Amino acid sequence: MDILSLFVTVPVLTILALVFAKGLKQARIVAMVGSLIQLGMAINLIFAYFKERAINDSIMVFTKDYMWFEQFNIHYTVGVDGISVALLILTSIVVLAGVFISWTMEDLPKEFFISLLVLSSGVYGFFISLDLFTMFVFYEIAVIPMYLLIGIWGSGPKEYSAMKLTLMLMGASAVLLVGILGIYFNSNADGGALTFNILEISQVNIPFEAQKLFFPLTFIGFAVLGALFPFHTWSPDGHASAPTAVSMLHAGVLMKLGGYGVFRVAMFLLPLGAIDWSWFFIILSATGVIYGAFGAIKQNDLKYINAYSSVSHLGMVLFALLMLNKTSWNGAIMQSLSHGFMTALFFALIGMIYSRTHTRDITKLGGLLKVIPFISVIYVIAGLASLGLPGFSGFVAEMNIFVGAFQHEDMFHRVATIISVSAIVVTAVYILRVVGIMLMGPIKNSEFLDMSDATWFEKTGILLLLIPIIGMGVAPLWLSDMIMASLQPFIKGVL
Amino acid sequence: MNFNYVILIPLIPLAVFLLLGIFYKKIKPAVSGYIGVFGLLTSTVLSYYTAFQYFFVQEKVDGVYQTFVSKTTWMNFTDTLAIDMGILIDPISVMMLIVVSTISLMVHIYSRGYMKGDEGYTKFFAFLGLFSFSMFGLVLATNLFQIYIFWELVGVSSFLLIGYYYTKPSAVAASKKAFIVTRFADLGFLIGILIVGYYTGTYDFETLNNPEGNAILSWASTSFMGLSVLTWALILIFIGGAGKSAMFPLHIWLPDAMEGPTPVSALIHAATMVVAGVYLVARLFPMYYFVEDGFALNVVAYVGGFSSLFAAIIAVTQNDIKRVLAFSTMSQLGYMMMALGVSGYDGHEGVGYMASMFHLFTHAMFKALLFLGAGSVIHAVHSNYLKDMGGLRKYMPITNITFLIAALAISGVPPFAGFWSKDEILVAAFEHNKLLYFVGLFVAGLTAFYMFRIYFGIFWGKDTQYKHAPHESPIAMTFPLMFLGALSVVVGLIPFSEFVTADKAGFVAHLNYPLAAIAVGVGVVGIILSYIFYKKENDLAEKFSKAFGVFYKWTFNKFYFDEIYLFVTRKIIFNRISAPIAYFDKKYVDGFMEGMGNKTVVVSEKIKGIQSGKFQDYAFAFLAGFVILAMVFIYLWTK
Repeated sequence: MDILSLFVTVPVLTILALVFAKGLKQARIVAMVGSLIQLGMAINLIFAYFKERAINDSIMVFTKDYMWFEQFNIHYTVGVDGISVALLILTSIVVLAGVFISWTMEDLPKEFFISLLVLSSGVYGFFISLDLFTMFVFYEIAVIPMYLLIGIWGSGPKEYSAMKLTLMLMGASAVLLVGILGIYFNSNADGGALTFNILEISQVNIPFEAQKLFFPLTFIGFAVLGALFPFHTWSPDGHASAPTAVSMLHAGVLMKLGGYGVFRVAMFLLPLGAIDWSWFFIILSATGVIYGAFGAIKQNDLKYINAYSSVSHLGMVLFALLMLNKTSWNGAIMQSLSHGFMTALFFALIGMIYSRTHTRDITKLGGLLKVIPFISVIYVIAGLASLGLPGFSGFVAEMNIFVGAFQHEDMFHRVATIISVSAIVVTAVYILRVVGIMLMGPIKNSEFLDMSDATWFEKTGILLLLIPIIGMGVAPLWLSDMIMASLQPFIKGVL
Repeated sequence: MNFNYVILIPLIPLAVFLLLGIFYKKIKPAVSGYIGVFGLLTSTVLSYYTAFQYFFVQEKVDGVYQTFVSKTTWMNFTDTLAIDMGILIDPISVMMLIVVSTISLMVHIYSRGYMKGDEGYTKFFAFLGLFSFSMFGLVLATNLFQIYIFWELVGVSSFLLIGYYYTKPSAVAASKKAFIVTRFADLGFLIGILIVGYYTGTYDFETLNNPEGNAILSWASTSFMGLSVLTWALILIFIGGAGKSAMFPLHIWLPDAMEGPTPVSALIHAATMVVAGVYLVARLFPMYYFVEDGFALNVVAYVGGFSSLFAAIIAVTQNDIKRVLAFSTMSQLGYMMMALGVSGYDGHEGVGYMASMFHLFTHAMFKALLFLGAGSVIHAVHSNYLKDMGGLRKYMPITNITFLIAALAISGVPPFAGFWSKDEILVAAFEHNKLLYFVGLFVAGLTAFYMFRIYFGIFWGKDTQYKHAPHESPIAMTFPLMFLGALSVVVGLIPFSEFVTADKAGFVAHLNYPLAAIAVGVGVVGIILSYIFYKKENDLAEKFSKAFGVFYKWTFNKFYFDEIYLFVTRKIIFNRISAPIAYFDKKYVDGFMEGMGNKTVVVSEKIKGIQSGKFQDYAFAFLAGFVILAMVFIYLWTK
């Protein structure tokens, strides 16, 4: 078994082990061990990647190729570059943290963990795939368990939320499928055979007319998952109903599939379409950035605030991708990672606060710093990271995006850039509003006085997420250089 | 000469912060106080050693103080553009090291007395450590991005310390306001940095500031709306500076920031962080001066002059002594900005630059002293308001004398520190801009008046009957007062112009006797008026304020700027932008999907037998969907 396919196999094996696990406690331990192994593999992959990079300068390393469906030339092809390595690390950390945090907080059966691991194997598969069809299959594997996870183990209007989420994402998948097939049927434009292989297609000159037609389909198909305005409305309701670990994984990892897909498929394979359409999607994404931020100011439900904040932050990812240069793309990837860690941390903290106070309405909360200092302090730190304070990951990502976006000299790009940059102020407003109302101030409810602070499992989960946020923020050089080096082949198409 | 050890100056407070922050619960309060003081003491010793080495041991080259830079790449944007981290040693950064370390050390010592018994004692010293680290980093920054990074960090330290009493709603509101207003200003700063980076290809101070360098010489190559893009950038950067240094109209956060503990007000909101804006303009002074013949610099001068006057007028009417001091700080910062704005570059022409830095230096000493003195008074009478004070000279002799020294210093009475620096500012204004000179002169008179108004109000005036007799503060608090008092007497005698000048060469400044005499005269008139009004209890002041009627009311309410701010945030941002967006999102964007969703729910109601809750059923549905998908795909292909 090659080093990459293990990422799909280990979750599957963990699922098998879970099927035989007896009782909740065993299920949790199995899930934890499985996720720990994944994290170990991800860390091992970084070292292996750097070692391999030193001697191998092809676009993708560790490539493996197996014929899957000969009739349509569908392969199971895997390979990674710096970007996928970074996202694999993100996934493994968020999954492990999710397992730790839901350890004692919510009473969830082993089927829950099984669905969670199905989801994560889909995500891993998506990030390592180099074959469009395989990628799409993994994409669906990642998205579909969401319906079960929210619909069954969620809270509030869970069926409605699950249905809405699944329908919108399925709708997007349909559009995406058309886009992918469009790419497939044009992959013989230079006379070769039809292929799904991303690297092979990237060498083909797909006719401009086809690019123009299929780029928006592919872009929207992926970007709906990345909360592109105005297709973001599934996300607040979905998050509000989802259990903590699901929100974490969903916002932290699953939504990243959108940006990654846009980058890997839409931008890489249809560069002329990207250049032609960029103005339109820049308008949408820049609107999303500022719209999400303003939308978050008025919400009172913690999860809604975070969901709208995600619309804003992920709008930034799409915005950066559309700026079509190395610096902004680097920023987009960093923002994906940074948002993944941050938002997972936020949802974890929200879950902890909810399980103690039984409310997510900030107007009913107050003075939490006094009663649950650890959770509250981490919430403040997460908030500061989210508003782009230097020393945390959000800052390095945003600065790359802004500097990259500023490379365009024309008025249209300048205005869009300045609109996006001004989100840093609005973000500060909604973050400090929550901090001011919920954490500071007098204690509003005397019942809160005997709450207990984070348990050891919760603390471990928190630290797992916090360390990369600070690490990226304090010493971004190696990560940014690793991503930057992998961007070179991708940038050629749009130059 | 090797200055690499300077890196320790910021790193030691950082270590203190991490130590106290992480082991928050394990460290005894008394120990954490000592850790904080000892850490800062080390940094202070290193700072003084650096200053000695830089100004006295190291040789000037061609009569110019050399700049030392040591840096490393922090993050690459492109092949040519990167953020560096490092240290830059030149006259103003060395001077700032002295200011920050001295005041910070004194505040650390003072806080051991002032914060005694407070439950967040360790947290307080941790935050002070964080602030000192950030401020040192800001001062030593080698490029625009580094200064921006530490700029944000001092902002957040200030936020944390203003909101230190976090259960108090007014403190929470003040901390939020301070952060958001300065963040708004920083938006301008950031866009300015982006413009500079794009058009000059560097963030590096040394490259940018070189008068013969590309950045400055090519200012005319790109223009936007009639002005050079670099002028726009410098104005935007100045907006950032104006936010931190509380220039009109971004000053509204500073008076509210007095909600923080008084030592914090002394350190952050009087002596160090608020001068960051002045320091930023000084740091980029060659750019401000040479680009488009100093257009942006003129903006700095007028904004500074106006803020100085505006704040001084408000200060006259305020009754909370910390707010008087806050407006006084704003006024003096305006002075410094104005001095930079009217400055030239070479030799004696650059007297404004020198005066601005000199005033920054002296002001830090006596303003910190005023705040710490006020803290000592507040500590004794448990109130911020003048009405609860009076006759305190009998109870608090040390505080009385040191406060008087500081008040004389800020009023520009010789030989105290403020006289020397203020005089140079007025000389610079007189030589370059007569209008601003008269503004400056008037402000000097007002300053003397309002400062002695509170001095007499606190220590003389009516004989208030106290429930508990106030007593002098403990030695931990009076020692910093005496130390800073001594400094406020002597620092004015430093021949500053030989060390810190725009062209780094130094010159010999002479006292301009006529101008000095006029300035002192105006100050003394202010003091005498104050003596008549406030030395003894009388109703003169009340009659006077009645006579001014509307004008008094407007001034007392700070020209209603807080109301405007509230209007903008509550009425416009919350109710006119955010609420409609939330509504629009729910009603229309979501409404469209809702329609689909509702139909689906109806359908799902009908076929809900499928939702059995059994995992196998779902797995089957999943597989079935997959097969259908594959069939669709095959259909499309064969078509």
